[in-house]
Amino acid sequence: MTFMTDRKRAIGTGSAKSGTLSHWHMMISSVAMLLLLPIFIFQFGATLGGSYEEVITYYSRPVPATIAALTMFVTFYHFRKGVQTLIEDYVHGVARKVLLIAMICLSYGAAAFGVFAVLRIAL
Amino acid sequence: MVELTLPKNSRMVTGKTWPKPAGATNLRKVQVYRWTPDDDKNPSLDTYFVDMDSCGPMVLDALIKIKNEIDPTLTFRRSCREGICGSCAMNIDGINTLACIYGMDEVSGDVKIYPLPHMPVVRDLIPDLTHFYAQHASVMPWLETKSNTPAKEWKQSIEDREKLDGLYECVMCACCSTSCPSYWWNGDKYLGPAALLHAYRWIVDSRDEATGERLDELDDPFKLYRCHTIMNCAKTCPKGLNPAKAIASIKKKMVERII
Repeated sequence: MTFMTDRKRAIGTGSAKSGTLSHWHMMISSVAMLLLLPIFIFQFGATLGGSYEEVITYYSRPVPATIAALTMFVTFYHFRKGVQTLIEDYVHGVARKVLLIAMICLSYGAAAFGVFAVLRIAL
Repeated sequence: MVELTLPKNSRMVTGKTWPKPAGATNLRKVQVYRWTPDDDKNPSLDTYFVDMDSCGPMVLDALIKIKNEIDPTLTFRRSCREGICGSCAMNIDGINTLACIYGMDEVSGDVKIYPLPHMPVVRDLIPDLTHFYAQHASVMPWLETKSNTPAKEWKQSIEDREKLDGLYECVMCACCSTSCPSYWWNGDKYLGPAALLHAYRWIVDSRDEATGERLDELDDPFKLYRCHTIMNCAKTCPKGLNPAKAIASIKKKMVERII
């Protein structure tokens, strides 16, 4: 049992002074996805039904490869931020920390695999 | 962790059904949450029948009539009876509102009354608002100045005063904060719509000289950024205020500081 004033309990450990940058990054990645995803889907659609060589040639060009790589990175970065918020909202205690570590590893891992795959095709 | 079901000792049971008043023809069925810390019983939903021919039009009138004429043990807060003090905030027909300005005719069917959601209950319809008030105090809801106090008054233009409209009217009834899912799950750290509305009221006040310190204190993933613009606060506010807009304005000011 801890004797603590109501004010002390409300203040807790004070401000982390870190939320705004995260909020701003979320806004930037949202706008980036708004631009990137339609172009990526359009480009992806253009290669549908093509032969293996045609697809490789298409994604060897700088613009489609860059768009695809950026889409992979930005989407998984945004995913990471979104799921982090979700976990912080609904999970507490040690489970929160474990899930956050797992989710961040998964997100950046998936982004790295995606970017690597595009680079391998492009270069 | 989020609790999707109530703990065993919080589950509702059927309560007492009080007899109908003799000779009454215009009856309204009112079901009220009852719980007391004096015994180990679970909370129950008691049923009362109110004669509307001899009762005022508001839900608070019905509660006062029940307390005066049927069951004096029924416990609830009330004071001004005109939506100014914020004491009689409760959940009526699924909506957090003030019983004194919510009409019985606004409810279709039986009138179901519960305390404000997701708060510790002191007794019956009285929630424990200790933490809520402490959070309000933590945003320093007063004028902070560093300049020498002027001889007459801190001046404010008409335009700057107008910026406080829609903010100063808050009566701290807690309807908004207790309707917010983010406040339900993280109310220990998230300040909630009411405290943040008050925080913005002082951030935007042209006379206040602690804007930077106020924003510094709110720059936190939990204190401020648990708000996901769900908008329950704006929908439920019995005074018609928009705490979500105030919170968005704080976020905007935060971003303006870093870009």
